[in-house]
Amino acid sequence: MMSNTSFWRASAAWMIGLAVVFGVLPLVTSSYQMSVATEILIFALLAMSIDLLAGFAGRTSLGHGAIFGVATYVVIYWTSTLGGSPWLALALGIVAATLTAAVFGLFAVRAGGVYFLLITLALGMIVWGVCLRWTSVTGGENGLRGVGRPAIVADPTMFYYATLATVLVFTFVIWRFANSPFGLSLRGIRDSESRMRSLGYATATHMLIAFTFTGFIAGVAGALYALFNNFVSPSTVQLSQSVEGLLMAIIGGVGTLFGAFIGSAAIILLENFVSEYTARWPMILGFMFIGTMIFAPQGILGALRELFRRRRS
Amino acid sequence: MGSLNLVQLLNGLTFAALLFIVASGFTLIFGLLRVVNLTHGALYLFGGYIGYSVALATGSFTLGALAAMVSVALLGIVLDQGLLRFVRRYELREVLLTLGVAFVLNDLALVIWGGDTFSIPVPEALRGATQIFGSYYPKYRLFVLILGILVFVGLWLLLNYTRLGALIRAGVDDAEMVEAMGINIRRVFLATFMLGSSLAGLGGMVGGAFLTLYPTADAEILVFSLAVVIIGGSGSLPGAAIGALLVGLLNTVGQVMFPELAYFVVFGPMAAILAFRPLGLFGKAA
Amino acid sequence: MNRREFLQSTSLALASVGAGTLPAGFAAAQAAPIRIGLMAPLSGVVAAGGREIVEGFNMYWEEKNNTVAGRKVEVVVEDDAGNPDTALQKARRLVEQTKVDFLFGNLLANTGLAVANYVKGNGVPYFIPVIAADDLTQRQRVRNVIRLAGYTASQMPRPLADWALKQGYKRIATIAQDYSFGHEQCAGFAQVFTEGGGTIAGQLWNPLNTADFSPYIGQLANMNVDAVFAMELGADASRFMKQYADFGLKGKIALLGAQNFTDQSVIRTSGEECEGIVSSAHFAEGSDNPETQKFVKAYTAKYGKMPSLYGFSHYSGALWIGQVIEKLNGNIANRDAFIDAVLKSELSNSPLGRPVRFDNYGNPVYDVFIRKVVKNAEGKYWNVPIETYPNVSQFWKYDPETYLKSPPFSRDYQGIKK
Repeated sequence: MMSNTSFWRASAAWMIGLAVVFGVLPLVTSSYQMSVATEILIFALLAMSIDLLAGFAGRTSLGHGAIFGVATYVVIYWTSTLGGSPWLALALGIVAATLTAAVFGLFAVRAGGVYFLLITLALGMIVWGVCLRWTSVTGGENGLRGVGRPAIVADPTMFYYATLATVLVFTFVIWRFANSPFGLSLRGIRDSESRMRSLGYATATHMLIAFTFTGFIAGVAGALYALFNNFVSPSTVQLSQSVEGLLMAIIGGVGTLFGAFIGSAAIILLENFVSEYTARWPMILGFMFIGTMIFAPQGILGALRELFRRRRS
Repeated sequence: MGSLNLVQLLNGLTFAALLFIVASGFTLIFGLLRVVNLTHGALYLFGGYIGYSVALATGSFTLGALAAMVSVALLGIVLDQGLLRFVRRYELREVLLTLGVAFVLNDLALVIWGGDTFSIPVPEALRGATQIFGSYYPKYRLFVLILGILVFVGLWLLLNYTRLGALIRAGVDDAEMVEAMGINIRRVFLATFMLGSSLAGLGGMVGGAFLTLYPTADAEILVFSLAVVIIGGSGSLPGAAIGALLVGLLNTVGQVMFPELAYFVVFGPMAAILAFRPLGLFGKAA
Repeated sequence: MNRREFLQSTSLALASVGAGTLPAGFAAAQAAPIRIGLMAPLSGVVAAGGREIVEGFNMYWEEKNNTVAGRKVEVVVEDDAGNPDTALQKARRLVEQTKVDFLFGNLLANTGLAVANYVKGNGVPYFIPVIAADDLTQRQRVRNVIRLAGYTASQMPRPLADWALKQGYKRIATIAQDYSFGHEQCAGFAQVFTEGGGTIAGQLWNPLNTADFSPYIGQLANMNVDAVFAMELGADASRFMKQYADFGLKGKIALLGAQNFTDQSVIRTSGEECEGIVSSAHFAEGSDNPETQKFVKAYTAKYGKMPSLYGFSHYSGALWIGQVIEKLNGNIANRDAFIDAVLKSELSNSPLGRPVRFDNYGNPVYDVFIRKVVKNAEGKYWNVPIETYPNVSQFWKYDPETYLKSPPFSRDYQGIKK
């Protein structure tokens, strides 16, 4: 186990490293590649929200894609159908996602393991069903078209930096949350719920707060996505969104937080690369899942940390 | 908006019969092996496609059904022995691994059979409609209903009157104790996995004749099977039957009376049961 | 050949051409290849239709040795997975990274609408032979979104409604897929049918990918109607037809279909449940027009199956754009001039066997056939014309300006005359 100061130093190094690497990207890439980078950042935030819950609270969710998409829908609905202010839209989107997460949480917190997975899956499907059938509001199958970004972030480079700033800020927020006393108690619950309960912790309430917080983060990502994509449809809330987010968290390394960036970059870049040569991306994604589960369930960053730990001792 | 009548009731029941055939396999694997086998839907589809090809080549529905069951049972062996063995006892890894396999099988099916929709040819004797209490109803769907009942009876006899069945039931209750008694529980697990998978294959063949086979059929039947098993309780045969009846009838009712809320009618109860009675109506604690 | 090989061979060809070309600005632009971004669903539920889009499109360019007006043609294919988010992602990639000259394709209405929204912002020409959402050439017209060899959803079913009235059908029930394409096609039918004095006894809407139509068929059987109008595409069409027959309704209640309902992509794997269904479309593979038969034979020889709407529309689309590019001598750098030229052009020597022009809103005007599914000499099912309605535009017999003042079709507004 790393000492406290080296842990802080390592985390600080990560944050600075990310800021630098992503910060100089626009100088060396084309505008298309920059938009891919923007997407990587947005999904890294989603993956982080899933990782926080899975890695620190020990609960794997298949519903965060739906929560993410709820924010996207609200943002686009507010600006496009209702013609409202984009800033208010972002706020409302995030609030809506957080509320959705709270509702999901109420259903899910007393369950664990596979059952938690299944409840969140079912709830996500309900959200998807609503988005698909409530045509008058959500546009049904056709989805809703956005009205473009507000002037300050209309330029792709400006939007990229705005996204980067937002993602870095919230990464810091998540990191503080995970390493706070509350975060530690979550880890305690993950390791042994019964012991925590006997120590007097209201484990269900803790879980609910954790779930709602991760929903809030997913909502921020979803709101950014609305500005990025300028379009939303039921595919934004469908199961595969949650599955890909989970895969990103796993590949990066569950419980590592920063691994989410690696996972997001890995999946998005690979998909871009692979689909230029073949239509068999789903099969490759499937093999990645299988391979990761068998050979590297701790993910890339997790494996690296194992390596360092072993070298150290 | 429509009214419920005998035809709609039969629609719900016959769909429930198909769901039971598929979900019974799922619940056995979930109940005994504690694996949420998300590949189950893909096995349904793959089995259906193989059965279709065989039926087309030989002209026999029965041969196709047998081919479907056998080939999918073999796939089940590969899945269990070849892949799942590396992640035993890690529940979540097992689930996610099966999800990956589902992706692969689905895409593989797209490569082999293409994206066209296939309808499995129904045997001559079962074509057309017959009169039941004044309404016309397709003979084949009645056959599915009867088959569902037969599968239920067959499985019930297997579970309650054979040694394998006793071992399975004991294993569902307490796998460790069975092992402690010197029984090779691994073989029982494997047999169960094969049985469960072959039921998915049979479902694919049978369902493919009236619901057709197409690239997303696997995800759809999987989601329904999940609902059935969650509502009914894992590892329980009566649970799967009741769950299938509920889901099948709710689905039909939902489509006829509340088309806007069709999904909610099925997934609402599922989410509610998961939240308040996570073991389902007939499930047993681990 | 797959896309990779295609790109490799064209780039080899390009290298040899480029080696001997003078790099003077204008001349260089002329010799540069024309890049076309073709999007189609190659995975997902409509994967079969998507594949045919690519086949039909490529067939034309291969006939022309991938050249037009002295320039090489590079077709870059992307899979939109039948998913609007993916379609947007691919469109962005095609325009911003691959730098295509124009976009083509897509199949599902929601993917087309997403991409149309994207090109609205950057003016890239987007040709849509199969995306039929009405408003793209009506109330929400985008100038650079053009229905090249395409049609609007409500355009084709209208003559069918007129024909139905002539057959003496008084009460009809409709069943359609519950999304905009379904709403619009159904409304086109319902509007004309009710204006002619008929009654719509009821309207059923099923979600895309309904495996089990029994609840709907149960209701249709009880509605006491002379005929059923069904708008279903792909797998839903196959299943509906089959289950309709299974329930004994075939032969008892006449079945009328929208054009995708009896498309080749559906009936080529169907059994006798598809025989005798009447539909309406501008294309009928069983038409005895020599141009049509020449195309059908060539397509069958190349791909082992008769062309569906997807293959036909994209072949014709490619043909049409090829003709326009020839006329411009390959100079399509000026987007406005290019789009103008397209809108003023006329499609000739196409498999339709008759010239086709655009109306004033970017949508073509066609002769529409009432077609019936029958077995051909080889025992395969195809659509044969039994009647023709000439010069059907997207506005039927209505005055465009008045028509555009009425609300767009939706599930609630079906144009039914009270």
